[in-house]
Amino acid sequence: MSRLHNKRSSYENIKHFFNDGMTLMFGGFGGVGSPPTICKHLLDWGTKDITIIGNDTGFPHIGIGQLVAQYRVKKVIASHIGSNPVAGRLMSEGKLEVEFSPQGILAERIRAGGVGLKGIVTEIGVDDPYLNKGKEILEIDGDRYLYETALVAEVGIVYAQKADTYGNLIYDKSARNTNPLVAMAADITIVEAEEIVDVGELDPEEIVTSGVFVDHIVLSKGVDWKWAWETN
Amino acid sequence: MGLGNELKDKLAKRAALEVKEHMIVNLGIGIPSLVPNHLPPGFPVVFQSENGIIGIGPAPGEGQEDENLCNAGGYPVSIMNGGCYTDSSIAFAMIRRGKVDLTILGSLQVSEKGDLANWIIPGKKVPGMGGATELASKAKRVIVLMTHLDKKGGSKIVRECTLPLTTRSCVSMIITDRAVFTIEDGRLILKELFNPYTLQDIEETTDAQYTVSPAIKYID
Repeated sequence: MSRLHNKRSSYENIKHFFNDGMTLMFGGFGGVGSPPTICKHLLDWGTKDITIIGNDTGFPHIGIGQLVAQYRVKKVIASHIGSNPVAGRLMSEGKLEVEFSPQGILAERIRAGGVGLKGIVTEIGVDDPYLNKGKEILEIDGDRYLYETALVAEVGIVYAQKADTYGNLIYDKSARNTNPLVAMAADITIVEAEEIVDVGELDPEEIVTSGVFVDHIVLSKGVDWKWAWETN
Repeated sequence: MGLGNELKDKLAKRAALEVKEHMIVNLGIGIPSLVPNHLPPGFPVVFQSENGIIGIGPAPGEGQEDENLCNAGGYPVSIMNGGCYTDSSIAFAMIRRGKVDLTILGSLQVSEKGDLANWIIPGKKVPGMGGATELASKAKRVIVLMTHLDKKGGSKIVRECTLPLTTRSCVSMIITDRAVFTIEDGRLILKELFNPYTLQDIEETTDAQYTVSPAIKYID
């Protein structure tokens, strides 16, 4: 019997965390590494007016992009929406608020939220009228820097290759991307794992995210969408 | 970008000549991603991808794809021996820390001073900057691959960018389907002409002011 408590849960038991108007942070890059089964349940549950925070809006039929394509999202904080034409259309129609951050700055804002910092200071974008709009500019050692706020969310959804029942995580190749950052930055972190193993089965040296950051774990049912590169 | 495959390969092939041994190189999506196809097999270079792959290898064959091993454009790749995976924060740590020697990107406009505008056409197309702002600011060298003209036939190499900038004064080389320019000390220089374009063709289709290199080359 492990001394570490078992965080394995079911989709039914995590449903109550997903409410209309919530702020949701998600892992994934072009849908790679976005938790497919949680996304599917969010569609089924009808959750709406969501503010989503993550790298990009995927594709209309892939990952978090499905929520955008079904008009469930009111605001996006991301670095890129180009692969999801619905996001672009809703934005130009005034039906979707979009805040862009340069990709690494976005990652660092999420990371700052996750590591308990108030924000970050960077020269990226300091003279850019879009990126510096409404933001504080600091002069440090004679140079100008932009103060970028940390990002946190009510719920973070993360995809992992393997989780032990305490929530220690390892990821899968390029599906890692923003997942370890998102795992730290939400009040409630929910992990969808391809495989859930007993505590003690993961080598402590290979664990990327400590279970300390993880609240609930559900077992993935796998990707149910077709990737852009799949021809048939 | 509206170019046939042959033209895309022409641009990628020319860009491949700029990839030197032991460089760390980040390739944008689209035509830049074709550059590795034009390097000799086993050429010692590390391709870094901002989604956290260090050491991208050749694309896998059909049926060999791994959905969790894709480049930043979302297409299946492989990883070379000695490669590794990182999270997005570390991928950009490498970029902002100046570890990337060369980035090859597409663009909507480039000014004669090397200003890059590739993230937004206000009111029309708003893809977002993705990783371009940081790559263009911090990579040691920035090369742009793009069509010489936009869809309406307007010059994409301009005196001043009319589109919002991604990064100021960062581009050092522009390779179009017609010509190759460099930007040295804030000045645009025409270096090479793709067959069959002439000096006059370029003059008629380029808004920016440039000088013609005395060593101008004609290339295929």
